Amino acid sequence: MNKSQLIEALAKEENLAIKKAEDVVNTVFGDLEKALIRGERVEVRGLGSFKVKTYDGYKGRNPKTGEVIEVAPKKLPFFKVGKELKERVDVD
Amino acid sequence: MTLTKADLVQVVAGKEFNRKNAAKIVETLLEKIKESLETGEDVLISGFGKFCVREKKKRRGRNPATGEDLILKSRKITTFKCSPVLAKRMNRK
Repeated sequence: MNKSQLIEALAKEENLAIKKAEDVVNTVFGDLEKALIRGERVEVRGLGSFKVKTYDGYKGRNPKTGEVIEVAPKKLPFFKVGKELKERVDVD
Repeated sequence: MTLTKADLVQVVAGKEFNRKNAAKIVETLLEKIKESLETGEDVLISGFGKFCVREKKKRRGRNPATGEDLILKSRKITTFKCSPVLAKRMNRK
């Protein structure tokens, strides 16, 4: 499922105009993004939580050319799945 | 500070919905994402990231408390892959 399919599904279920549903979806993910950019933790009960992890820089190698490259330290979001989603995904 | 569902409800309420409606809409949005993952289908939010369902094979494990050998069953897990767009924005100086 991609974003436009998610927008459609939301619009249908909530009887919203597509434009409105699109606005909602963009607003929600925009808000999550802004929090992560600020380095904040995000917790959405039932879905999961995100925290910003800081990774050290390291010397890597371009696997194609074998060339050594310096990988700069970076921050990435780490997602921990929530209880409800975890249980719903792992059904036998 | 932790951003929670209440914050999401608030920003949605800012889009001409009352609080109660906004809460319901946020819940529906999350439900649609969960429904998709439940059926094993990935959810791709371009510019944000991708929620993927991955199958873990069964493997031999050990109970760390008792040292007892046991078989861990195959299971499905959800992973998140950050969009390169978001990664870039998080690392901009």
